[in-house]
Amino acid sequence: MTISKPSHEKLNKSSSGTVLSRRQFVFGASAMLALTTIPFSKNAFASAISQSLTQLSGKVFDLSIDYKTVNFTGTPARATVINQLFPGPLLRWKEGETVTLRVKNNLDHDSSLHWHGMILPTEMDGVPGLSFAGIKPGDTFEYTFPIKQSGTYWYHSHSGFQEQTGAYGAIVIDPKEADPVVFDREHVIMLSDWSDEAPETIYANLKKQSDYYNYSERTTSDLFSDIKKQGLVNTWRARSMWNQERMSDRDISDVTGATYTYLMNGNSPAQPWQALFKQGEKVRLRFINSSAMTIFDVRIPGLKMTVVASDGQNVQPITIDEFRMGVAETYDVIVEPKMEDAYCIFVQSIDRSGYTLGNFTSDEMFTAKIPDMDPMPILGHGDMGMNMEGMDHSKMAMGSDSMSGMEGMDHSQMAMGSGSMAGMEGMEGMDHSQSNTVIPTLGLAGYGSNNEIKHLESENGPQVDMQSGMPQSGLNDPGIGLRDHQANYNRKVLTYADLKGLHPTHDKRQPTREIQLHLTGNMNRYMWSINGINFADSAPLELAYNERVRITLVNDTMMIHPMHLHGVWSELETGDPDYIPRKHTVMVQPGSKISYLVTADALGQWAYHCHLLYHMPGMFRKVVIK
Amino acid sequence: MKNFNSLGFTLAMAMASAMSSLSYAGAEDDPLLSYVAIDQLEKGLESDDPTSFSVQAWVGYDMDKIWLKTSGEYQNSDEQDLEVQALYSHAVAPYWDMQMGLRRDIKPSPSRDWLVLGFQGLAPYFFDIDGTFFVGEKGQTAIRLGIEQEWLITQKLILTPEFEVNAYGKSDDELNMGSGLTDINAGLRLKYEITRKFAPYIGIDWSKKFGATADIARHDGGSVSNSQFVMGVTAWF
Repeated sequence: MTISKPSHEKLNKSSSGTVLSRRQFVFGASAMLALTTIPFSKNAFASAISQSLTQLSGKVFDLSIDYKTVNFTGTPARATVINQLFPGPLLRWKEGETVTLRVKNNLDHDSSLHWHGMILPTEMDGVPGLSFAGIKPGDTFEYTFPIKQSGTYWYHSHSGFQEQTGAYGAIVIDPKEADPVVFDREHVIMLSDWSDEAPETIYANLKKQSDYYNYSERTTSDLFSDIKKQGLVNTWRARSMWNQERMSDRDISDVTGATYTYLMNGNSPAQPWQALFKQGEKVRLRFINSSAMTIFDVRIPGLKMTVVASDGQNVQPITIDEFRMGVAETYDVIVEPKMEDAYCIFVQSIDRSGYTLGNFTSDEMFTAKIPDMDPMPILGHGDMGMNMEGMDHSKMAMGSDSMSGMEGMDHSQMAMGSGSMAGMEGMEGMDHSQSNTVIPTLGLAGYGSNNEIKHLESENGPQVDMQSGMPQSGLNDPGIGLRDHQANYNRKVLTYADLKGLHPTHDKRQPTREIQLHLTGNMNRYMWSINGINFADSAPLELAYNERVRITLVNDTMMIHPMHLHGVWSELETGDPDYIPRKHTVMVQPGSKISYLVTADALGQWAYHCHLLYHMPGMFRKVVIK
Repeated sequence: MKNFNSLGFTLAMAMASAMSSLSYAGAEDDPLLSYVAIDQLEKGLESDDPTSFSVQAWVGYDMDKIWLKTSGEYQNSDEQDLEVQALYSHAVAPYWDMQMGLRRDIKPSPSRDWLVLGFQGLAPYFFDIDGTFFVGEKGQTAIRLGIEQEWLITQKLILTPEFEVNAYGKSDDELNMGSGLTDINAGLRLKYEITRKFAPYIGIDWSKKFGATADIARHDGGSVSNSQFVMGVTAWF
């Protein structure tokens, strides 16, 4: 992977925006016009030092939440900013200290700040209605809590859709003891998605037409080229299931580059963020995915990355070429550029509808070559929770769209797309326990669930369009669009199975029960839920204080859901019971299952939800630890 | 339209109070939304071709909505069609809504009132289906089935074949309607989505009367089948 000669070019003729090819540029949804009007830009044509994050450190912080006009696309739009900054200030804390944050709300609406990934008392967690009342317009709320951890985290508004419009910032906590990660220099890299449309408009558009932002659907010309390549029969076969199910194998992201401009530290790809290094330095890059809806794939062509932390927690170093970031996840990597050069920190959206990038360079006059985006992923039958190889189609009771009933349907096979009009009748004998599914046989801690996947009666109805009959493990799978990168490009892609804690497992107890939760939805109606029950109609999930419990998430949809449990760690069972990695947000792949352990050592009421902003209102649970 | 809105609004408010819930996430999961779609607004290319429209609107929530559907045609003051339906719609399956309510045929006169029971949704292979059963004030019955599909030539250039068939249980002499299969209408429209919400189109439209209805038309010296080239726009908001 070494480059024999420097690939940089002088950045003196124009801004680096011209390096973008026309096509990529359009996908990036930025306009050249924007260059002159981005309020934050220094001089795009001079040294090209971009906007960087503003850092605040200490123990007491005064933060204010305000509206501000920004311009990322050539059109001014209203953002929600913290201390007039986009993104908000980088807060630098020290483990072992107590911080006080006085947060003033200058908006017309209630607001809040949530300290994502912090282990803290429930009333400081910042979720309106759960841990406190929220911050009324004009009011100031004082958060104060001890810092019991170190690493890379972030904070964001938990009110309405404010997060989409910029109400977020980074947190870096320096460890009390010597940092096990050695580095000479560090950069924080906040990734996000900006739209000029109001988030309420985006949400309404999705409810009215769920593929509103999808401009990658199959076309008739695809059809003819497929028939030419594969023949009529194979083409029909490949498509018939999707067509029967009324689903699209191109349904990768709900909201895309059609409206989004992807940002790195508040810089659009038209005027990339720039970071410096010195040859031979070990540089720590702290990546934070603070976007509302976008799952990103990150790579730095020409540089290996050594992952040293995930969600703030140190992991055993693993060297890779590429990794996927669910919304709200953080990853710290070490890179060691051996020569003077410019490298592109290339961050593409999962659906390849756009990207953002940074220029990582030894000389501010160098600018890196921008790689092409990878092909758009296309969902396979496995992503519907069924592995088709050698499978007998006649055994599948799927797509039973008919108006006939569900009787005789073998749920252990597959009960998907049960568009049955009689679905309502099946509600008799329904399991009203909703979610607290207690399962007697428990796999050993660290290895995950070995239990049968049971679909609940509450999953039947108009609100759920699919159930995974045979969810596969989400652990070893790099994910859609990345599975062939090792073979095709010789890129090692991180999987969750690669993550092992740096420190021994804190709580070595075996789980005493397992909770199986199904992530459910109806893509067409744009309804999201857990176990088929939306948040408004759900009962809280109850955990006993100090219990060790396994949560198994089964994804009965075709979208990736990054699930975030507040207040306690999600200890991902990656196969090594002695070094279980701790995370705050766990991606669940389409048609897959994944398990983690939780030590319920934090009393109070906590939020548990999908971190995709427009899934969150429905796909949400209150968790009570008592 | 105005009356409908106030009716819809009242009903929607009633639903809102029944369904209201506190969302800790801050954002509302199932907000009250409204939707107006001008599915067709078109004119035949010949000067004596009719102008016609088809509009659907709803207000409501994920599972429950109040719909208003109206369609009409104007050729000259003697040849007019205008129909309005007000329906309550409830989701009964992942892709299906059940709809019930009232239909009034305002033109041609005399007007007719009907009770409506229908299913609307998406069938396998992405067929949009609207199937409706009507019971009239004098005990007449009627069924209507509409099928539509979208073929993407590109992401924005879309060909839409559509098909509608009507049948009546008994004849209605005042309206020159025979019992049995009365008419079939088929169309093929090619639209270009300038935005998701606005697209001009060109198309061809063909219709044919059948059975007793055709006989009556022939007897009156009218045409039994008709085809025309059309130009129009489709939009929603």
